[in-house]
Amino acid sequence: MSAIRWLSAFFIFVAVLSAAASAAPTPASITQPLVDAAKQEGKVVFYTSIELQTAEKIGKAFEAAYPEISVQVERNGCERLFQRLAEERGSNIHVADAIECSDMTALLYWKRQGWLAPFVPADVAEKWPADQRDPDGYFATERFTLSPIMYNTKLVKTEDAPKSFADLLDKKWTGKIVKAHPGYSGTIMTVTFELSRDLGWDYLKKLGQQHVMQVQSAAEPPKKVAQGERPIGADAGEYFVLQIRNQGGPIEPVYPSEGTPSIPGGAGVIVDAPHPNAARLFISWLLSRDGQQLLVDTAWLRSVDPDVKLKAGMKPLSEIKVLKADPAAQEKAVDEIKKKYAEYFGL
Amino acid sequence: MTITIQRRALRIGWHPDLSAPLFVLIGGFLCGLVLLPLGWLGWYSVTDANGALSLANFTRLATDPTFVGPYLTALGIAASVAAGASVSAIPLAWLVARTDLPLRGAIRALVTASFVTPPFLGAIAWEILAAPNSGILNQWYRAIFGLDPYEHLFDIYTAEGLVFVMACYSFPYIFVLLTNALDNIPAELEEASAILGGTRPATLRRVTLPMVLPALLAGALVAFLQALTQFGTPAILALPAGFHVITTKIWALFQYPPDPHLAAAAALPLLLLTILLLQGRQWLLGRRNYAVIGGKTGAPRRIGLGIWRWPALAFALAVLALPILLPYAALIKTAIVRTPSDLLTLDTLTLHNIRFVFLEFSQTRLALWNTVLLGVIAATGGTFLALTVSYVTQRGLVPGHRFLGFLATAPIAIPGIVLGVGLFLSYTRPPLVLYGTLWILLLAFLTIELPAGYQQLQAAFRGLHPELEEAGRIFGATRLRVLWRITAPLLRTSVIATWCFVFIGVIRELSATIMLTTAQTKVVSVIIYDLNESGDLGAISVLGITLLVITFLVVGIATQLPGLGRPQERLV
Repeated sequence: MSAIRWLSAFFIFVAVLSAAASAAPTPASITQPLVDAAKQEGKVVFYTSIELQTAEKIGKAFEAAYPEISVQVERNGCERLFQRLAEERGSNIHVADAIECSDMTALLYWKRQGWLAPFVPADVAEKWPADQRDPDGYFATERFTLSPIMYNTKLVKTEDAPKSFADLLDKKWTGKIVKAHPGYSGTIMTVTFELSRDLGWDYLKKLGQQHVMQVQSAAEPPKKVAQGERPIGADAGEYFVLQIRNQGGPIEPVYPSEGTPSIPGGAGVIVDAPHPNAARLFISWLLSRDGQQLLVDTAWLRSVDPDVKLKAGMKPLSEIKVLKADPAAQEKAVDEIKKKYAEYFGL
Repeated sequence: MTITIQRRALRIGWHPDLSAPLFVLIGGFLCGLVLLPLGWLGWYSVTDANGALSLANFTRLATDPTFVGPYLTALGIAASVAAGASVSAIPLAWLVARTDLPLRGAIRALVTASFVTPPFLGAIAWEILAAPNSGILNQWYRAIFGLDPYEHLFDIYTAEGLVFVMACYSFPYIFVLLTNALDNIPAELEEASAILGGTRPATLRRVTLPMVLPALLAGALVAFLQALTQFGTPAILALPAGFHVITTKIWALFQYPPDPHLAAAAALPLLLLTILLLQGRQWLLGRRNYAVIGGKTGAPRRIGLGIWRWPALAFALAVLALPILLPYAALIKTAIVRTPSDLLTLDTLTLHNIRFVFLEFSQTRLALWNTVLLGVIAATGGTFLALTVSYVTQRGLVPGHRFLGFLATAPIAIPGIVLGVGLFLSYTRPPLVLYGTLWILLLAFLTIELPAGYQQLQAAFRGLHPELEEAGRIFGATRLRVLWRITAPLLRTSVIATWCFVFIGVIRELSATIMLTTAQTKVVSVIIYDLNESGDLGAISVLGITLLVITFLVVGIATQLPGLGRPQERLV
């Protein structure tokens, strides 16, 4: 390598460092050189906790937009991804390019560890509310969902369905509720944090005495409810409830009167991604107007982009009382949540 | 006698004996394979997070009810599984091997099919069948008796349900070992009993049963230990029911923030228990001589069932329905409808699951390829290793051969998930950084499958009297030549069976694999487990059936291959 190239590499390094130290990097739009470089790499590995079939659909949509680049989806529960990424980095394995997770505390942790690259797509800089993006530009909310209660419409009449979290504690639902696990799902971790903060641990303690069926992923309670395995689901990703309902599954969400937990999911680029340009192109696309509209249209997710239109059949956020996420406070509470949850639910 | 023969053989021939260095080499490899992860586990169990020596892990283990409980639960479940599987395997094995039961060949083949079934796939199939509300059997039960919703006959999410499913999928171990043993009993022993006036039940009790006792004990022991150390089935059935067994508890210890020290300590009692059990078996059988293949033997005689043929067949089919017919019917149905509880009608038929698995799911092809590749390599390497070790130990060829035998058996005591962590600890640091490659999975599979292969080949060697080899040595052949020309052909069936055992074992393995795969080294079992955690039963069914078809193809090819010397019959 010539001296000049060393020197320029050094300057880029300094520039990156100073950008990282001061504030978010310059917003990046999708440029032709980026697309060309990404095509050269030909592939992007996407670590995500979005429900599997939904995640594969997103991958296929990206492949349709950029046919030269294939997407490998590595889907697992957010808490599992968290563990996996730590293991891989500990062993110096670099597979992931772009990462997405429904537990914002994971992104905070990865940022602190220096595992994320600062990267701000143009749309994020322009339109995202300040509380839905990292001030230093390491990640941004790329999906937003709620966690409603849900019931099987064949087994439960609308008027009998629970209207609130308090209703779930009724004796008639003992042994009839299915619920996902915060040790697996980032969505449920966030939900458990919000419920313990706003309704108190006493509610979860009582729910634990209802003989709930314990499953892992936030995508599973809606599946179990639609199958009729249990008539009531206590928590879930709203997007998946709506997907099943849309396919004709006998399921209906209920937005509880105490408020519905909300779950922002963040996405970012891995600092030493093996396909750095494809990773940036993928994240730019995912956070663009088109990508966000696609998440809503195909997956029934919500977007924090104000320009994105809701799908018919989705209740607007303005009509729902929403329990707010608070990643910083949640991060401090994680150990307590795990301990108390194990105590009250036995697992 | 043996010693003088060997001296004469040495005087006659001048061929150098290459066996010793080969055996030492393999012994060394085996030591590394087993001792390295065990060493790390041992070290982790007596240290704390800062690396300081500490017994705190064991204190906590003995006093914390959240550990003692899962241990007791797991022991109770494992004992029930071993008993249940033996009780169903004994009559079926006897019917198939020793009577004129109709369709006995097909029944044998079907039991092999149930052995091919990964236990976690069976557990998922039984969820589809016997979940209390959406389970197909419970739906039928309600429809037939006109009962209310929520009434149910079966609840698979219970300890009993767990025992039932695990027994279904450890029953083939006992069945295969028993039928092989029954096949090999020389007819003259039973005839002698009959001539001396023994009634048929007396012959069964005094001659046949004692002859197959080693196989039965070996099978029951494998069933017990498998049930104790299995991860997939309890994770699928016990967690929704709200209780832990020891393996799921250990697995939970690796969730963030991981506590490998406590997990290592939690695994060590399993190792001790297994050593005790193996020692007990040795003590029970040690002094008896079970050489059943001698230079001459007659084919065993089949017993005519007469009028009992048809009830016996009904019994056999009922036993087969549980691990095979019902679960596979459920999987096939789930593969072709959208929601597993949908009725099977023209309206609900869909190719959605098949299309998803083969066209949309980006991990399918890589995982299938990895699985088959690892299966074939691990089966070949594992069989070779098991063959050598059982030969060395059974014939007492090198000093310390008992220790080799122990090393080859020890992995059975290590829950896969803990072995996975042992391997993780061993191979994520220099000099051998294998995590993230297929090599670490290969090492895991070799280690895990070695005990089963070793047990099977050792039993085969035990049944093979040294007189045949000694005859070869008398005529001046070297040990390796004797091994190749006499021992190997005699063991041909066992060797092929072992190869298939190991291959299928790799297909079935989940507990260690789940700790060791990365995005590029996924195998099908892990994908199925991941899919189950998100409830994608349709995709699981498609993948499970695909896995089964591939396994049958590979096993079919393996058993048809001409090789390993001449067929056995010529020697009689």
